[in-house]
Amino acid sequence: MSEFWFFLEVLLSGLFAGTMYSLVALGFVLIFKASGVFNFAQGTMVLFAALCFVGFLEMGWPVAVAAIVTVGIMVAWAYSVERLVLRHLVNQAPIILFMATIGIAFFLEGFAEFIWGSDVHPLNVGIPNDAWFVGPEGEMMIQQFDLAAAIIAGLLVTVLALFFHYTRIGRALRAVADDHQAALSVGIPLNQIWVIVWSVAGFVALVAGIIWGSRLGVQFALSIIALKALPVLILGGFTSVPGAIVGGLIIGAGEKLAEIYGAPAIAELVSYMSGINNISLGGVEEWFAYVLAMFFLLFRPQGLFGERIIERV
Amino acid sequence: MFYREAGIFKTSYAADQALFRIPLDRLFVIGVVVAAIVVVPLISNEYWLGSIMIPVLILSIAALGLNILTGYCGQVSLGTGAFMAAGAYMAYKIATNFTWMPIPLVIVLGGLCAASIGLAFGLPSLRIKGFYLAVTTLAAQFFLLWLFQKVPWFVNNSASGVPTAPPRSVFGELVTGAEATPEARYLFVLAFTVVLAVIAGNLVRGRIGRTWMAIRDMDIAAELIGIRPLHTKLSAFAISSFYCGVSGALWSFCYINTVESSAFDIFRSFMILFMVIVGGLGSVLGSFLGAFFIFLLPIALNNVVTTFGLPIATETISHIEFMAFGGLIVFFLIVEPHGLARLWQIAKEKLRLWPFPY
Repeated sequence: MSEFWFFLEVLLSGLFAGTMYSLVALGFVLIFKASGVFNFAQGTMVLFAALCFVGFLEMGWPVAVAAIVTVGIMVAWAYSVERLVLRHLVNQAPIILFMATIGIAFFLEGFAEFIWGSDVHPLNVGIPNDAWFVGPEGEMMIQQFDLAAAIIAGLLVTVLALFFHYTRIGRALRAVADDHQAALSVGIPLNQIWVIVWSVAGFVALVAGIIWGSRLGVQFALSIIALKALPVLILGGFTSVPGAIVGGLIIGAGEKLAEIYGAPAIAELVSYMSGINNISLGGVEEWFAYVLAMFFLLFRPQGLFGERIIERV
Repeated sequence: MFYREAGIFKTSYAADQALFRIPLDRLFVIGVVVAAIVVVPLISNEYWLGSIMIPVLILSIAALGLNILTGYCGQVSLGTGAFMAAGAYMAYKIATNFTWMPIPLVIVLGGLCAASIGLAFGLPSLRIKGFYLAVTTLAAQFFLLWLFQKVPWFVNNSASGVPTAPPRSVFGELVTGAEATPEARYLFVLAFTVVLAVIAGNLVRGRIGRTWMAIRDMDIAAELIGIRPLHTKLSAFAISSFYCGVSGALWSFCYINTVESSAFDIFRSFMILFMVIVGGLGSVLGSFLGAFFIFLLPIALNNVVTTFGLPIATETISHIEFMAFGGLIVFFLIVEPHGLARLWQIAKEKLRLWPFPY
């Protein structure tokens, strides 16, 4: 019986980790939906927002002020990206825009560390961090922190989904995503829309940064972890906000299970084939998400909830 | 005045389709190669040969490989480092298990192993494209590096996990390992670079290169005129991975002298992508220019700081480096999407009229 509880604990911790991936993925989806740009820099924006936030906190500012100022910085960042980069790349092939965002990511990474240094900053904004023990004999451990993070992620997604569906700006965003020129011709200000959506993505990045940062400390590695949001995104479908969440849950749970149950099995296979004992194959987590996404795409190129891709010559 | 096409008449199709149609171009390239073989080893000291020329040439090979895939066939890959690692590890495995094998063959075989792995990871490209594909190449990057790191078979169960490259010689002269002289290693690497560059130059202007470019420009239209996407895309993946594999093997055998996965991490993949973008997408020359530029930029930055004695910490320099890389990428994509190669072309066009412009 305790094995079952252990399985459940692994599964749950995976699901919680998944919601944290989806928080990052959400930022990607927002920008992709509204501008068709696949923003590689989202992970770095998470790092940058978290570094600014923690930097202000360490100067002794109250949490609310630090958060507001950081949001202001992210809006300024959104504006300058639109002004200096995107505006000049209208109507370019998507892949060119993608590579430009890789450049943006490198720039921002250097910039963030140039200003704030590359030390690890601990972050505590008062999210409870105790554990609950569930089950008849308390076999299963649930971190309150994980639960809180999941709730925040859920709330954010709901709000954004409603925003996209029912507000004027949300509709304008969807129009821009469908066709730049058509949107321009019905009078939607393209540049303004881009600033808005990059700002919202910056805000999402801040939330993700605070949550990831309070868990792991605010550090350079955050931008690598944020890369995991890419397979999440692919699995869920680029254009779907709920897809980001479901994709995150699948990836999160899948990689935890693969790490705990899959790795020993692979290790056994390898040692059987090579005749060497005691091989330890930890770190399946590092690649599992990408490989899963790759195989998934072979069968469903548009992802779980993505719109069907129709191509015309 | 000195450089012009006027007065050069071609009397046969062979002349019209030559690799270098203008005699001056041909002379220039031959001159550069001869200078690289004779002059560079004579005038360079150990530092320049061992720490700059060798890695730049090796990275040029990798950039050539990625340029074939991304610049000519239009498939963006973020897994270059992994294919380099595949070449390095397989070459090490072959070199240590078949000790009689001549080292050039070992490195080519390493490249072929990388090509077959690249073929496998290129399969998704038939179903998915663009940045979806870019993300799946990340699977290659993370999975392969993990595999090489964790499975001791690849390093012959060496205790440290980081074996040194075995010393091997060509014509009685050591060319790999730490004991080899920089000159010997340099010439060995240069030979590979020249041969592979000539092959690449011929590939991209031949039938196969034209099908790559057709797929890049619009794959559905290319399919409609009878180009088979399966053959075209997979051949691009295989050949590109072959180049990357050879470059990875050379990197391990002739430059860092150890076989380790940290040399081929995702940062390396990005660096090579940058070389291709800055040098020029879809240009053989651009791969070389990009490799030189991206590799020398941090060194130049460092030198500027030390010569002027600026009070900047080394850490800060590396941050500035990141910013410079990022800024350059965006700058080139906006201002000159065809990169340094295009600038070179413009310079040549100007030179054609100089000193008597209309």
